[in-house]
Amino acid sequence: MLEVSDLRVAYGAVSALDGVSLSVGPGVTTAVLGANGAGKTSLLRAMTGMVRAKSGRVVWKGTELTRLASEEIVRQGVAHVPEGRGVIQDLTVEDNLRLGGLWRSDREDRRKALEEMYEFFPALRERRRRSAYTLSGGERQMLAVGRALMARPELLLLDEPSLGLAPIIVAQIMELVARLSADTGLTVLLVEQNARAALSISERAVVLSLGKVVVEGAAADIAADEELRHHYLGF
Amino acid sequence: MVYAAMAMALVLIWRATRVVNFAQGAMAMFSTYVAVSVIDRGGDYWEALVVALAFGFVAGAVVERVLVRPVESKPPLNAVIVTLGLLILVESAAAMIWGDSVRSYPARFSQTGLKLGSQRVALSPFDLYIIGAVLVVMAGLVILFRATSLGLRMRASAFEPEVARLLGVRVGRMLTLGWALAAVVGSLGGILVAPKVFLDPNNMDDVLVYAFTAAIVGGLDSPVGALVGGVGMGLSLSYVGGYLGYSLETVGAFVILIVVLMVRPEGLFTTTTPRRV
Amino acid sequence: MLSAGFLRRPLVRHLVIAVVLVVVLFLVTGILSSYNNFQIALIASYVIAVAGLSLLTGLNGQISLGHGAFMAVGAYTTALLETHQHWPLALVLALSAVTAAAAGLVTGLGAARLRGPYLAGATLALAVGLPELTIKFTSTLGGESGLPVNPPPPVSFLGASFDPNRYLAWVSILCVAVTLVLLANLVTSRFGRDFRAVRDDEIAASLSGIRVAGNQVLAFVVSAACAGLGGAIYALATGIVNPAGFTLVLSIAILTGTVIGGLGTLAGAVWGGILLVYLPRWSESLSNGFKLNKVVSSNLSLGLYGVVLIVVILAFPAGLQGGVRQAGRALRSRFMSGPGSSGSTGAAAPAGVSTPVASGGGGETS
Repeated sequence: MLEVSDLRVAYGAVSALDGVSLSVGPGVTTAVLGANGAGKTSLLRAMTGMVRAKSGRVVWKGTELTRLASEEIVRQGVAHVPEGRGVIQDLTVEDNLRLGGLWRSDREDRRKALEEMYEFFPALRERRRRSAYTLSGGERQMLAVGRALMARPELLLLDEPSLGLAPIIVAQIMELVARLSADTGLTVLLVEQNARAALSISERAVVLSLGKVVVEGAAADIAADEELRHHYLGF
Repeated sequence: MVYAAMAMALVLIWRATRVVNFAQGAMAMFSTYVAVSVIDRGGDYWEALVVALAFGFVAGAVVERVLVRPVESKPPLNAVIVTLGLLILVESAAAMIWGDSVRSYPARFSQTGLKLGSQRVALSPFDLYIIGAVLVVMAGLVILFRATSLGLRMRASAFEPEVARLLGVRVGRMLTLGWALAAVVGSLGGILVAPKVFLDPNNMDDVLVYAFTAAIVGGLDSPVGALVGGVGMGLSLSYVGGYLGYSLETVGAFVILIVVLMVRPEGLFTTTTPRRV
Repeated sequence: MLSAGFLRRPLVRHLVIAVVLVVVLFLVTGILSSYNNFQIALIASYVIAVAGLSLLTGLNGQISLGHGAFMAVGAYTTALLETHQHWPLALVLALSAVTAAAAGLVTGLGAARLRGPYLAGATLALAVGLPELTIKFTSTLGGESGLPVNPPPPVSFLGASFDPNRYLAWVSILCVAVTLVLLANLVTSRFGRDFRAVRDDEIAASLSGIRVAGNQVLAFVVSAACAGLGGAIYALATGIVNPAGFTLVLSIAILTGTVIGGLGTLAGAVWGGILLVYLPRWSESLSNGFKLNKVVSSNLSLGLYGVVLIVVILAFPAGLQGGVRQAGRALRSRFMSGPGSSGSTGAAAPAGVSTPVASGGGGETS
């Protein structure tokens, strides 16, 4: 389904991704782990055209994403919740949500999707007319995820959804991701610093270090590997 | 009221692209000359208006695509300089094409004051037409931005282009459209004001200053502010002109601007939270 | 013998370069025609104004579309002092700069609260509005027709037959040298560092104890003083001051010069000043060559300003001086191995003056 091969990204002279390859099967939740600066965010950004890859390919369902602009990649069913959530503070909650699905021409289904999101996240319905600026961190994360889901994606890229959130909220978010994957058959690529939480809901995991893949395997195996955990995952 | 139209054009571009278009007045002047050419060839007022607005739309889009696009990711100063360059380029081009002598522009409606009872008031049918046109445009813009999904996409592109892209908004098109719309509104302003001020390649300098002042006084983010600022500007300028002499009008604009900005550096009607970092 | 360390102190180095340049240029004026000398004065007036704007915009990050107005303040001050008082030239020039500085102070106090487009708009209004004051006060300021300015008579020991244009060229070269040395030292001083800090990040600057508003006002005052001095020389060179000479186009021309030369570089100001004088001339001969009609040719140079402004900002955002510096760096990395050899030829000297200002690109974020 998703094939990343030999992807390289550099910011000026600094290399961020140094030949990353991985493949993700349909419906599988894969955790992308590693320390700060390992290249996790760069991997996602390169996949959705936010940075141009120097070389390498990202192929999703037979389409080469590395050739497309960000706004076209969404149309291939790939939604990206960026680091820091990317909630547009000057818009209302509802406008933020609607924005996520606007590129789809099916008006009726857009309305349905909005309704679904409100059922998913009742807190957002209460605040639909409020400016997104007024939301708490956890609510913003829900808004960002909901907005991405408005596109009815098949592949969801989540960048550090637990960042800056209280443990209880992190648990909720992780549960949500697991439920989404189970309910809708969504393929998820979950970038996380919080390796323990991410591994608990993922089937597979990839560990990055200094822009390279250190190990790729079943999440349970990686969680069980004491040395790996100690070296790269910090728990 | 005319200043309000021009001010709104500035606000539009600012909202859509975070660029202040210093060439706004010059582009409006150019469109007005286009309208003059149509009238010279025997077209009537409305034909000229439509042609000029269409021209403004295309010109705005082309300017955004060709000149502004490359500096959008650069420091804001670069965009300011490009639009300034465009300002003098357009002014000189107009002078080269149409000559630099002053032209008059026909008013569609009578410019003599209406009779209210037996008293003649300083409000002509043409003034009413201007007020009506500006209000219609204004209402249209508010509806566009507040109530349509196109407006939502345009706002998102302006606030967070990168995020908007991730959500499938074709940001480039939104920016082009923003410039095109603004140029249409500006062109309309130019044609509305032309019968009152005569037309020459440089006369939009003053209009631009007033409009700019109006937009800033009202807050660059607020179309309502542009309207109120434009009307207020027109009124206070005619007082300044009336009591202190015409030559002090631009100085008056400068003083108004400074005073307002001293009190509210973001303009009177700005509601978005100022974010600095 | 001077020690190497003494020579390396910025003030000393700038002075040495300036003195060498001034002497060379003084000698050059002797072989140039009277008209060329007049052009030198004109270039000098632009160089000074452009350098001032470069400091403000390039170094301190404030944009001004009102420098034409400050030039007007300086020019009118010179004209008034010349006709009514018969004070020494140096005093007249200094007072012109001071008057413009005062105008800059007033504007700067307002400007310190404004950012980006708001600031551009306020100064734009200044540029359009101020010249119109002269029409309001026609009795003192001469209205549309303006005031005449007598060219300064050469000092007596040069002899009665000394060409006044050559003398004017000398005076203006001296003014350029003094201004550039003072600015270069300002730039390398604590103030210059603070200017850049404020440009790069106002909040960080204020957190590290810089008084941001005061700093911005200071930059505005210095910059306006430069424009005033430039305006004074402009008045002396052209022999007349009138509102038509100080339109918005002049303000934009100065900005053009600043951008073309390279924002924040003093050497770039020299390029900018030269271009501002020669660009209209080139376009004029161009339009004569194509036998264009009068209206077209008189507007062609204006149009060219626009084109040049756009092309430069799109193609060379670092300006001409940025290009020169890049070439210089490439050459140096190829040929140089030992440090310490400073520029000494005429061509290299302007680059030397600007080295400490080498910041247009923003290499030195804190």
